Formats: sequence, C-alpha cells, structure tokens
Amino acid sequence: MASALINVPAKAKRGDIIEIKTLMSHIMETGYRHTTTGEAVPRNIITSFTCRFNGNEIFRADLFPAIAANPFITFFTTAAESGKFEFEWTGDKGFSETASASITVE
Amino acid sequence: MQQPPNSSRRQFLGLAGGAAALGAIPVITVRPAEATPAMLASAIQNVTAGAVVHTGKVKLDIPPLVENGNTVPMMVTVAHPMAPEDHVRSIHVFNEKNPQPNIANFYLGPHSGRAQVSTRIRLADSQKIVAIAKLSDGSFWSASVDVVVTLAACTEEVI
Repeated sequence: MASALINVPAKAKRGDIIEIKTLMSHIMETGYRHTTTGEAVPRNIITSFTCRFNGNEIFRADLFPAIAANPFITFFTTAAESGKFEFEWTGDKGFSETASASITVE
Repeated sequence: MQQPPNSSRRQFLGLAGGAAALGAIPVITVRPAEATPAMLASAIQNVTAGAVVHTGKVKLDIPPLVENGNTVPMMVTVAHPMAPEDHVRSIHVFNEKNPQPNIANFYLGPHSGRAQVSTRIRLADSQKIVAIAKLSDGSFWSASVDVVVTLAACTEEVI
C-alpha cells in the first residue's frame, strides 16, 4: 500500500559528501480539516523518520501536520565505508514502513 | 405602563440575547485554529530553553510568493563546519499562522558532512517562517523569511 522512493548513489569515493533523497507516499491528514457535514477528519500523519547506516542512526526528523502529503526529505551524509542505509517511517494509526539501500565506497 | 407586557418584553430580550450568545460559541469553535505569535514564541522557547538566539549562519530557502500552500518546497542550510568537535546538532523549523507552530525538527551529526535539509511543507496563510539551528557548543542561530500564500492549505473542506 504505502511505498517509498529512495535515491542513494550506488557508488561513492571515501570521504565524499552524498545526498540522500527519500519520499514516502502518505496522505498526511492534518486533523484540522472538516467534511461538508462539519465532522472533523482525524489526524493521520507520519510523526518520525529515521535513517540508520550499518545500524547507527545518522539522521532523524520529527514531522508535524505542516509537512506536505507524501513527505519528501533530503539530507546529506559522509561516505565512510560500504554498507546499507535503512530508512524507517512511523506515524499515527500504527503506521510503520521501512526501506533500505546499499552503497559501495571505494 | 402595565407590568405583564413589560416583563414579557424583558423575557424575550433575555432569551434572544442568550440565543445569540449560544450561537456565537459554535461560530468560534468552527473557525480553524491558528497559531499565534505567542505560540510561535513558546515553541521556540521549548527548543532554546531561554538561550539567546543569534541571527545568521542559517539560510532558509523558500519561495517568497507561494501559489499553492499545500506543497511549498523549503531548504535549510547552515553555514557551519561539520567536524566531530564542532557541528550542527539540530535544525528546527517553525511557522507563525498554521494551526500548530511546529513544522519539523531535524537531528544531524558530524557524519552528516553538510548541514542541509530540504522538504515540502504546508502553509495555511501568508506568514513568517523561522528556522533555528542548534550547534554542538549549545549556541542557537536563526533565519526568518516572510512568505505570501495565495491559496491556503489545511483548512479546506474534504469532499
């Protein structure tokens, strides 16, 4: 149902600063909208995004309703060694999704 | 003057006034909640714990004129080295007039290499956006940008 798009360079030189782009499909319902009959639409957002490299946390974000639907987050990291990036999104209504990407550092 | 008509007029006015007061309360609650500059200040206070926030180092890239407040690209860059002993620890973004003052918190480390993050945000009104960076030495740096929004996010009805 939910799906993630991850953009990580497949190869990098040791010490390079690389950009990581992530997109997770999610409605990010704010909880401030109403239906035409006046009922409030309950909040349903992703509240936390974490990126780990070889098990160590390298980036984390707290998200709020002010983040647009399908949260798109980009950040940077230093390529120190070959390994695996693991991404995790968690949110309301038990939402939890993971994705991963590998990099080869020369 | 006869007493009964007078009292019934008073009763009528009293009832009418009460009905108007009752009617006014739902009108207020139906209005979308709005963060105030005071809420913005208290959200910033939660992060800085009263420390002095310097202006500078932080660059907040956001279009000054936004047509659609539902998706506004935003990029925060902190001009600061990312060395193990001296780096940017976190970046916090706030707004003035959305229903909530917080937009996002980003936590970085010396391995980040470059203190730059970007995302897409929602803006409910023309307002001021504030980005605050916390450095490893405990100091805070900030930048703010005024944005004009023509189509607001968050408050439209769901069909």
